[in-house]
Amino acid sequence: MKTFRGGIHPKGNKKQTAQKAIIDLAPPKELVFPLSQHIGAPSVACVKPGDTVLMGQKIADANGFISSSLHSSVSGTVKAIEKRLHPNGVVMECIVIENDGQDTPAPELLQPEDDYHTLSKEEILKRIREAGIVGMGGAGFPTHAKLSPPPEAKIDYVIVNGAECEPYLTSDYRAMLETPDEILDGLAIILQLFSLKTGYIAIEDNKPDAIRVMTEAAKVFTNADIRIVPLKTKYPQGAEKQIIRAVTGRKTKPETLPWQNGCIVNNIDTVASIARAVIRHKPIITRIITLGGAALKNPTNFRVRLGTPFSHIIDASGGIVCEVKKIIMGGPMMGLAVPNADVPVVKGTSGILLFDEKQARLDNESPCVRCSKCLYVCPMNLQPNLLDTAARNDDFDGLVKLHIVDCMECGSCAYVCPSRRRQVQQIKVAKVKMKAKAQ
Amino acid sequence: MQDMLTVSHAPHVAGKDNLKSIMLDVIIALLPALLAGCLVFGYRALAVAVVCVLFAVLAEFIWQKLLKKSSTISDLSAVVTGLLLAMNLPAGIPLWIAAIGSVFAIIVVKQFFGGIGHNFMNPALAARAFLLASWSLAMTTWPEPGTAIPLFGGADVVTSATPLALYAEGATELPSYLTLFLGKTGGCIGETSALAILLGGAYLFITKVIRIRVPLIFISTVALGTWIFGGSEGFFSGDWLYQILSGGLMLGAFFMATDYTTTPFTPKGQILFALGCGILTVVIRLWGGYPEGVSYSILLMNIASPLLDKVSAPRRFGYKKTKEVA
Repeated sequence: MKTFRGGIHPKGNKKQTAQKAIIDLAPPKELVFPLSQHIGAPSVACVKPGDTVLMGQKIADANGFISSSLHSSVSGTVKAIEKRLHPNGVVMECIVIENDGQDTPAPELLQPEDDYHTLSKEEILKRIREAGIVGMGGAGFPTHAKLSPPPEAKIDYVIVNGAECEPYLTSDYRAMLETPDEILDGLAIILQLFSLKTGYIAIEDNKPDAIRVMTEAAKVFTNADIRIVPLKTKYPQGAEKQIIRAVTGRKTKPETLPWQNGCIVNNIDTVASIARAVIRHKPIITRIITLGGAALKNPTNFRVRLGTPFSHIIDASGGIVCEVKKIIMGGPMMGLAVPNADVPVVKGTSGILLFDEKQARLDNESPCVRCSKCLYVCPMNLQPNLLDTAARNDDFDGLVKLHIVDCMECGSCAYVCPSRRRQVQQIKVAKVKMKAKAQ
Repeated sequence: MQDMLTVSHAPHVAGKDNLKSIMLDVIIALLPALLAGCLVFGYRALAVAVVCVLFAVLAEFIWQKLLKKSSTISDLSAVVTGLLLAMNLPAGIPLWIAAIGSVFAIIVVKQFFGGIGHNFMNPALAARAFLLASWSLAMTTWPEPGTAIPLFGGADVVTSATPLALYAEGATELPSYLTLFLGKTGGCIGETSALAILLGGAYLFITKVIRIRVPLIFISTVALGTWIFGGSEGFFSGDWLYQILSGGLMLGAFFMATDYTTTPFTPKGQILFALGCGILTVVIRLWGGYPEGVSYSILLMNIASPLLDKVSAPRRFGYKKTKEVA
């Protein structure tokens, strides 16, 4: 079975939602759209308070190439453009829209479906960009930028990342079961961009149903040769360099990007969004999220409108069973702990996990006993124990020599540490300090 | 609820292992060797173990009380140190010497350097070396297996030589391989039975507390070295099986050379460490003044560990030339 070196085997916790079909959730009265839902410059609002907006209408423009546009997920009125809390804990400009409950679609959405074979590369990229598509796995890198490598790039592999190696999350899994054709079309569109015939969809072997469904769908799919690649179940199998290693056998050199290694990797939901945008003119206004955690009553998979506050989704699922001590946006390995339940769903919200007191408890750190477990599991082959010490001492030169730049913050080191040391957390803090110092 | 949420960096989940669970696994893994020691040398072996563990835990507890530090005895590492020291003592050792050894291991070797995770030498082995230098007669008086040893005073105990001493003296009647494997020979409490140690080692391997490479390389190096150089009829005539089944090699390879804190943390460093231990053991056994060299070779390599870590840093992912597989 294909895989990479290192990694861990956290408890999957996917059973609770794996068999739950995606439910469309009705939007609330008020929705909030932070202007920064991606890596790069924040979007610029193109509506003003009092404006009437339609579902799917653009409400903010991309500000530069590495940026993205935003669309209203409901029809209604722009109530305000004001500072609100983003799930990442930063207070930033947000467009607040009052929902009129009509879901009146913007005229663009009503255009007939297009056959993407007839579209030029420029047109496809423009549609992806206009639809506001960013990496939906959580990173949020603008997809049109990822799909526009420099002219010298020679792309050999287009890989769809269906690993979904984060515990709890089953949203990609459900998408593969319920809408496999959307994913295949999306991949075929990317292949067309690079004039390639063959594409790959990599899926961890703990999802045999998804492997079966996708394989069958790919068999009857005539637009491209799509190969399903089963991967060994291991975290972080879905990390870009690790999935490239597993699927192609290629190692991506340090401090280079996947395109320099001839590869493009996109998440399941990103690829499906590309199909919706290019064929059906639909911008990103919904996303699939998994609701889970011990404090939640009914673990569920929802398709929610962007801008929906977490609290609305939690209440709609049936509420909580005990006191919530931590709310995580995304998976438990790399997700963000959010400051409160009023923050809205953004493009990168792949899940919402409600942890009870026991799950949220932070253990005390003990001294490092040099057990080497962090070295064994580090998928980037770093020395997390030494990075940890250097980070605590603000030894920035030492951190550079230890290749802190390679660390993708997967958290495998902190997960295995028997002394419960917070290596990756220290590394993250050190990176922020180093960035601040460089400026 | 809203203002009581914990906000912390990911990851938000952790694995099952903690220091206590690992130490408990080591204790469980030492039980077969302790049992074998008790079967060979009687209840006196158990008495030595109890004294060693008791004084190790007490020493750590009192030291941390005196220094107003939070107590770490609940992580069980002091129990492991005490137990390992007992494994390295003759069953007839005066109990007060055993107690001094435990206190030395914990206070001087472990706590003086900052407690768990900071000692640069294996506490149990350093204590053994200290006791051997201080009370060498008591430390090399090996009771004959199966004879009764009184709890206190034991001048008239029937003694025997260790298999390695017999071999070094060129004795004509050596114990059989089976005797060595089962452990009915003179020696330290925990080192005589290769079978019991292998059982414990297998447990550590299965529970992933240790990786197999260090014991494997250590023992193979000794086997190879003694086979090539250890014979009386020229090269390649040494009795390597006798060498690896006797003395403290098995105990040292599975329980001392795999200690986390005092051995390299890099995979390559561990390989070099095990090789070094093996070579030094061969050199001491064949050409040194002592018949046995396992504990000194491990202690010497302990000192080299920081250096080995430095020269054997792993290569970052993708550093090698890109390889085309698919």
